[in-house]
Amino acid sequence: MTDSKYFTTTKKGEIFELKAELNSDKKEKKKEAVKKVIASMTVGKDVSALFPDVVNCMQTDNLELKKLVYLYLMNYAKSQPDMAIMAVNTFVKDCEDPNPLIRALAVRTMGCIRVDKITEYLCEPLRKCLKDEDPYVRKTAAVCVAKLHDINAQLVEDQGFLDTLKDLISDSNPMVVANAVAALSEIAESHPNSNLLDLNPQTINKLLTALNECTEWGQIFILDCLANYTPRDDRESQSICERVTPRLSHANSAVVLSAVKVLMKFMEMLPKDLDYYGTLLKKLAPPLVTLLSAEPELQYVALRNINLIVQRRPEILKHEMKVFFVKYNDPIYVKLEKLDIMIRLASQANIAQVLAELKEYATEVDVDFVRKAVRAIGRCAIKVEQSAERCVSTLLDLIQTKVNYVVQEAIVVIKDIFRKYPNKYESVIATLCENLDSLDEPEARAAMIWIVGEYAERIDNADELLESFLEGFHDESTQVQLQLLTGIVKLFLKKPTETQELVQQVLSLATQDSDNPDLRDRGYIYWRLLSTDPVAAKEVVLAEKPLISEETDLIEPTLLEELICHIGTLASVYHKPPSAFVEGSRGVQHKRLPGSAGSGESVDSPDTGSAAGVSEAPPAVIPSQGDLLGDLLNLDLTPPTTTGPPPPTSGMQMGAMDLLGGGLDSLMGDESEPPPIPLRTDTPQSPQLSHQSPSPPDYSPTELGGDLGGNPAMAAGFGAPPAVMPTSFNAPVSGGLDDLFDLGGGVGMPMGSYSPPKTVWLPAMKAKGLEISGTFARRSGVIQMEMTLTNKAMSVMTDFAIQFNRNSFGLAPAGPLQVLTPLSPNQSIEVSLPLNTVGPVMKMEPLNNLQVAVKNNIDVFYFSCQYPISMLFVEDGKMERQVFLATWKDIPNDNESQFQIKDCHLSSDAASNKLQGSNIFTIAKRTVEGQDMLYQSIKLTNGIWVLAELRVQAGNPNYTVSLKCRAPEVSQSVFQSYEAVLKN
Amino acid sequence: MSASAVFVLDLKGKVLICRNYKGDVDMAEIDHFMPLLMQHEEEGLICPVISHGNVHFLWIKHSNLYLVAMTNKNSNASLVYSFLYKLVEVFTEYFKELEEESIQDNFVVVYELLDELMDFGFPQTTDSKILQEYITQEGAKLEVAKSKVPTTVTNAVSWRSEGIKYKKNEVFIDVIESINVLVNANGSVMSSDIVGSIKLKTMLSGMPELRLGLNDRVLFALTGRDKGKTVVMEDVKFHQCVRLSRFESDRTISFIPPDGESELMSYRINTHVKPLIWIESVIEKFSHSRVEIMVKAKGQFKKQSVANNVEVRVPVPSDADSPKFKTSTGHAKYVPEKNLVVWTIKSFPGGKEFLMRAHFGLPSVENDELEGKPPITVKFEIPYFTVSGIQVRYMKIIEKSGYQALPWVRYITQSGDYQLRTNV
Repeated sequence: MTDSKYFTTTKKGEIFELKAELNSDKKEKKKEAVKKVIASMTVGKDVSALFPDVVNCMQTDNLELKKLVYLYLMNYAKSQPDMAIMAVNTFVKDCEDPNPLIRALAVRTMGCIRVDKITEYLCEPLRKCLKDEDPYVRKTAAVCVAKLHDINAQLVEDQGFLDTLKDLISDSNPMVVANAVAALSEIAESHPNSNLLDLNPQTINKLLTALNECTEWGQIFILDCLANYTPRDDRESQSICERVTPRLSHANSAVVLSAVKVLMKFMEMLPKDLDYYGTLLKKLAPPLVTLLSAEPELQYVALRNINLIVQRRPEILKHEMKVFFVKYNDPIYVKLEKLDIMIRLASQANIAQVLAELKEYATEVDVDFVRKAVRAIGRCAIKVEQSAERCVSTLLDLIQTKVNYVVQEAIVVIKDIFRKYPNKYESVIATLCENLDSLDEPEARAAMIWIVGEYAERIDNADELLESFLEGFHDESTQVQLQLLTGIVKLFLKKPTETQELVQQVLSLATQDSDNPDLRDRGYIYWRLLSTDPVAAKEVVLAEKPLISEETDLIEPTLLEELICHIGTLASVYHKPPSAFVEGSRGVQHKRLPGSAGSGESVDSPDTGSAAGVSEAPPAVIPSQGDLLGDLLNLDLTPPTTTGPPPPTSGMQMGAMDLLGGGLDSLMGDESEPPPIPLRTDTPQSPQLSHQSPSPPDYSPTELGGDLGGNPAMAAGFGAPPAVMPTSFNAPVSGGLDDLFDLGGGVGMPMGSYSPPKTVWLPAMKAKGLEISGTFARRSGVIQMEMTLTNKAMSVMTDFAIQFNRNSFGLAPAGPLQVLTPLSPNQSIEVSLPLNTVGPVMKMEPLNNLQVAVKNNIDVFYFSCQYPISMLFVEDGKMERQVFLATWKDIPNDNESQFQIKDCHLSSDAASNKLQGSNIFTIAKRTVEGQDMLYQSIKLTNGIWVLAELRVQAGNPNYTVSLKCRAPEVSQSVFQSYEAVLKN
Repeated sequence: MSASAVFVLDLKGKVLICRNYKGDVDMAEIDHFMPLLMQHEEEGLICPVISHGNVHFLWIKHSNLYLVAMTNKNSNASLVYSFLYKLVEVFTEYFKELEEESIQDNFVVVYELLDELMDFGFPQTTDSKILQEYITQEGAKLEVAKSKVPTTVTNAVSWRSEGIKYKKNEVFIDVIESINVLVNANGSVMSSDIVGSIKLKTMLSGMPELRLGLNDRVLFALTGRDKGKTVVMEDVKFHQCVRLSRFESDRTISFIPPDGESELMSYRINTHVKPLIWIESVIEKFSHSRVEIMVKAKGQFKKQSVANNVEVRVPVPSDADSPKFKTSTGHAKYVPEKNLVVWTIKSFPGGKEFLMRAHFGLPSVENDELEGKPPITVKFEIPYFTVSGIQVRYMKIIEKSGYQALPWVRYITQSGDYQLRTNV
């Protein structure tokens, strides 16, 4: 007779019937009824209505029945909290039962009933059970503390259970120790600052002793706990390693992996010249290899971890290539991971064997596996230079198979081989071109186009090939479109005579007919480049590109270190830090490997030393003062206020939101709506008034890298004549086309304003090796932030992004920071970041101060810099004479400021020309008593006009500038620009 | 730390039974499991970890069941999989077969076991022999046993109960070596290793102390003996009864054995082994007409030894038909559902060579589905012999009652993962 009969009652009125049976006098009948209830519960029926009747069966001396009732309670207590109280008495009584099995059962079940009211009653029984004479009860009670802590942490602390739990680490029974360690680790994990596991050499010693005696699971708890400890010195580290290594011989793979985690971490502290260090390295390889004979899921976990271990300590498995050869019956996830490790272990010594294997795999049938195998051949070529030729010929063999996806994949990797070894294998291009028609995947098409563009001068019919793609331009994916644009521009620069038509066609397709902002922008950039300076265009587009390196697929070192500390866990399987996938763990400190012995690092607190996580970085917020913002933005919209001096700037702390600290996530641009630009029309009239409304509304961090094309400032900037209206796109397009080939014609356009030399903004010392120097420039109406990023650290930097704090003129990056290749140590890269002025506005002190956050794979760094205000002088800043006169009179004299420029030896005309280059326009010139008076106008990006009178006296090197503006705050900065422009 | 909940699902994803251990994840999340798994299968990218939002499913499949652990923390994944496999082991020992029916037929015991095997996500007692002492399938029996927790549960020796009695005290030792070989199409051995296993069947009274002596080269080097053949074991794994720190320090294998059957240890030997049964094959495929297969098998082991139950499995195209065979010994059979020819030789003496020819027709309309290139696989067993030359030199049995006990040793070599790639 089996239990399945309990599932078969489906009659009507079942609940009613069960109720009667539950209240039966006969023990046997009662038990049968409870079983039926549990059976119904198992298949998902709601039997909560029977709660009181089932609870009534709780007081029984039949253990099986008791267990079933407890099971029922765990399931339904939460939905019936009031009635659950009924069960408390029995629990309390059971906790004093002479049978330890029942005491343990009661304390175990009580902890699983997550009803607040019950937890209070749990405390006394739990206290007794923690001191029970039977270890079975104590080990169960230890876990119960963790359960209770999960429900009511405060209660657990108040009742002193945590201390009792700590005492249990010294318990005589290893199972109790193991469960106490597990419970403490669990609590510590959810309360990282509780300092619960203050491991010291004494406790470590106790743990290591228990390690030899407890069950396999207990060993894992203890090993995982040990992995959080940082030994005081290399000797302690070695002695722990010595006591942990025997665990590598345990039959349970999880014990082995946890032991590997401890050893990998503690090994960091051992001096490499120590004999023991070498011994340990040798001991690690065999158990890792043996993990590959485990069940496939465990193999998978092992392989993901071996992938990390091989990156951190390649020497461990360097001779074990063969064990990673793929077996026909391996599950696909094992096959793919093995491939990855094969590439990591590939070296000159074993490359022949590896290639033979990869070629074999490439003829398999599983598409994903085959693709990865082909890709792997390419990666081998890039990694082992001596093998490149052999890899290329293997790939050519594979292309001959004409299997569509093999061909496409091969072309993609050959492109990368070209990027690593330029001008070496272009003899294969002919073969590649033969397969042009069969390419239907965007990545392969883009790769092919890149190759044709890159080697256009050596391919006779390059123009035909590229033209064939152009026909269906709009049906291509962005990837292909961008590549085609670049490819054709390259072709044009190499063979300008025959390909004019082609380049015009692609430029107009990209700029006129596409609504993809990236494509359009790239189109415009090429266009301007070609139309203004084809020599520069050649230098830019055909510049020598940095070679790619094999490191691109390596895990970034700090992440790798963190993952090594998480060996065996989900983090090591995903290759992501726990904070990336566990909710509420953002504040949790990232784990780090301890510093090595003799490196001089303090080993006392390695977890806090260099490991400052994002959350700990000091936000560089400078409280801004005064709400002059309104004035700045509105002066030319509202009638001038004649009430005198501007509002005082002191004592008006704005509740400025910390854009830099909190807005990191928005660096990646996952917010969809840009916040409003704060436009305030109510200029504070008096200090008192402004005290009453001290803070503007909070603005959320702005979205960066928004739609470039939709930004009027940028669009205007792209147009050739300065006066082009931003809304009309066709005007600049046709204009640009006309002068595109009129290259020598000397377009009379000012070629950009004064740009100060680069200065160091962010010293390497303050930014973990990243040095940034930079300057600002205004070119063709676009404000550019030009930076040199230098990597002075020892590791590769990737994933750059930039963000600005709110600033006086709403400067914001117009696109993401384009650092496409990883920055190798000692490498510098020049980056030009176009800016727009539609970002959020907040007055800064000084006015032209800009606070910047730059992020890379290592951390986030903050610095501030000052931009010359002349960057903001727009091209259409020439005022009509009449307007000028009227405005001059209209602005109160109080708003006028006068400055002296000393030691300037320019004639007034030369000065005028020079200033015009920076969009300071001379409207009129008057000569009075040998003194030239230049009347000039400037318009800022936010619409503020500045009027100026420049007095130049022949023979006198001192100029006088008078500035009039409705927002006199800008005068000082404008004057500085005058000085800078005239003196450079 | 590990699992928030454990589920047993049927093939359609219906929950047969489950246990919520931590209450921190909504149990309804499991409904996402099967659709995601199906989606991954369709994409050809199955993976043992599936995530849905913050919830992660770690799963294994056993007969017609899925065993799934669910978590929203950074769990110890290797512990979870080990535990799931342990679950299979325990259930199998309880119910003989673990399948949908046995779960339903025994749901009360399954609940009890789930309660005992894991607490708040921490695996607890998972030794089925010990569990069987206090969780039984017979309700009646239970009431007798209920007054005791077996002390074993919390003992340092958690795998053996006290008071075991046998009339005749004996230990049977099986040394089983499996050979893994991967040979590529042009006949060179890509990789080979030996995975050995020493299994015990212990029928000893009381709490005996055992010591096993092997011809382990490291041990011989330690003790300064160097007579006779020794073996280098690349990696050794022990049952938890073996004192690992003792082995680490002086290579002594000492332990109190579990009662009945158990695997005491396993080892891996990396030395290049000559494939014991060597296969040469010529497979010629004439598109649209026929496939001709010629397979030669050669016993590359001592003449005195005999390989038993040899099976050579040769892959054939899935659309092959009308098989014809000719063998110099044994018999060949076509297994169309596996696209294989299985050539069976009951007894294969060392040094001998046998031949099999097969002929298949192919349809004139070709199957345009691309087929994989499965390798030829071989199965065999050679008794009274180990490839590595490993030997049990002694087994010392000491029990405080002082009885005499006899150890019996058996050696066997068999095929493990034995694959030879073909060129078709």
